[in-house]
Amino acid sequence: MAVVSARSTLPIDVTRIRADFPVLSRTVHGKPLVYLDNAATSQKPRQVIDATREVFEEYNANIHRGVYEFSERTTAAFEGAREKVARLLNAAATREVIFVRNATEGVNLVAYAWGREHIRSGDLIVSTVLEHHSNFVPWQQLARDVGAQIAVIDVDDEGRLRRDQYAAAMKRGPRLVAITYTSNGLGTVLPAKELVAEAKAAGATVLVDGAQAVPHQKVDVRDLGADFLVFSGHKMLAPPGSGAVWGRAELLERMRPFLFGGDMISRVTVERTEWNELPWKFEAGTSSYVDAIGLGAAVDYLETVGLDAIHEHELRLTGYLLDRMREIPGLTIYGPKTLEDRVGVVSFNIDGIHPHDVATIFDAQGVCVRAGHHCNQLLMAKLGVPATTRASFYLYNTTAECDALVGAIHAAKKVFRI
Amino acid sequence: MDDMYRDYILDHYRNPRNTGDLPGATHTYHDTNPLCGDEITMALRIEDGRVADVRFEGKGCAISQASASILTEDVKGKTLEEVRVIDRQRIFENLGIPISPARVKCALLGLKALKGAAWGLSTWPGEEEPAGAAKRTGTE
Repeated sequence: MAVVSARSTLPIDVTRIRADFPVLSRTVHGKPLVYLDNAATSQKPRQVIDATREVFEEYNANIHRGVYEFSERTTAAFEGAREKVARLLNAAATREVIFVRNATEGVNLVAYAWGREHIRSGDLIVSTVLEHHSNFVPWQQLARDVGAQIAVIDVDDEGRLRRDQYAAAMKRGPRLVAITYTSNGLGTVLPAKELVAEAKAAGATVLVDGAQAVPHQKVDVRDLGADFLVFSGHKMLAPPGSGAVWGRAELLERMRPFLFGGDMISRVTVERTEWNELPWKFEAGTSSYVDAIGLGAAVDYLETVGLDAIHEHELRLTGYLLDRMREIPGLTIYGPKTLEDRVGVVSFNIDGIHPHDVATIFDAQGVCVRAGHHCNQLLMAKLGVPATTRASFYLYNTTAECDALVGAIHAAKKVFRI
Repeated sequence: MDDMYRDYILDHYRNPRNTGDLPGATHTYHDTNPLCGDEITMALRIEDGRVADVRFEGKGCAISQASASILTEDVKGKTLEEVRVIDRQRIFENLGIPISPARVKCALLGLKALKGAAWGLSTWPGEEEPAGAAKRTGTE
């Protein structure tokens, strides 16, 4: 397990961390894997893989049902994972954590269970051009269905949120503010706490998309002050199928579930149904409990390394890569020019080469990056490009991998005779 | 990689043939690849069952744009019956380069737009059967 090494120039021991991730020692087209697509999904450490395999091999049974030992053990592991997530987020209560399959499902849960009860014709929803489609399309569709308005706050030329536009929107008394913490397209870290405070002062309910933040830095929901926070497990070392909504208990208590069925009830008669307690009233059907148990193991792993150290490590890598890329002529780099409010993501284009071609050439070098719109078409329109190439870091990445990326950029220019 | 991005591919990408507006177009179709945002509009002027002229406009990767450019050269002057039998294999042969699974739709976007223009077909070439097969699109 990783520890801080006194001799390391980095705050975490990347060599030891990498040894925990079996896939990182694989090769691609005969080249060592350089995995720089962490904003899309993360790789998994042995500890998470083992935790999920252990369920299947040692004690698997359905949760919340049996009174036999295996069911009790699986239930304990599942609820134990919930406690770990609650602790990670510094939630006031464990029952404020609802397991979902991913951040998208989390936003939809809030849109259906809270939004359809509270957002009325003529109400204002505030969003930003930085939102992943998962935190925009559900609100756009809700607005369409109930006749609400949606205001999309712009960014400046460096991809920082236009605070003047945001403040002006707050004066219009929004019912809901749905904003991301960190942009998956640019790596811009928003001043989330300030934005939440402004929104709360304006009387809005606030949802923060933590999909790109919770894996990479400490996020304390009580300090943040929002009403809902969503994130995906698969971007933070856990299996796909895990994720959570954190919500204030007093809001969640008043919300009607939107998925009905097993496990979310306390009493069913022909005439009516009484809901289960929090958080289970929102977890209809058999949960992805093995994935959630894997998320618990991922939280353990991240906390042992330390989220502050991970954040610091990613900042250094981002700074290093930006410095090296600025030496290369013919590149357009998007996002904030300084590290003050960006982290972990470097989005760019090579002049004269489409990102899809870039990613194909990178792939031949073993370098995995994302090419496309990153589920960020509002942002792409703002940038005036159909797509970008995006490198994104996590705790196991190295400066040598940044060098490999730079080498791949030169290779792409050579292939295109630029 | 030099196998894929050969000189003639880059030439078609940078100097696409048969581009721009087509005066008197009888059939026009715009299509996109949602995975990467590539766009192609194909315009045909069909006279007496024959492609009298063809032009395209597009933006996107080298493979999609070169493939569309080569396709316009291929179909110009052909009868609709000759155009109808053009399939994905023909496109790959025209390109003459290895196309990995992730790039297949880039290569086929031009043909899809052409068939959309000529026959109103909206399926990916080679995916016409079974009817109603789910279209795959990109996600984060």
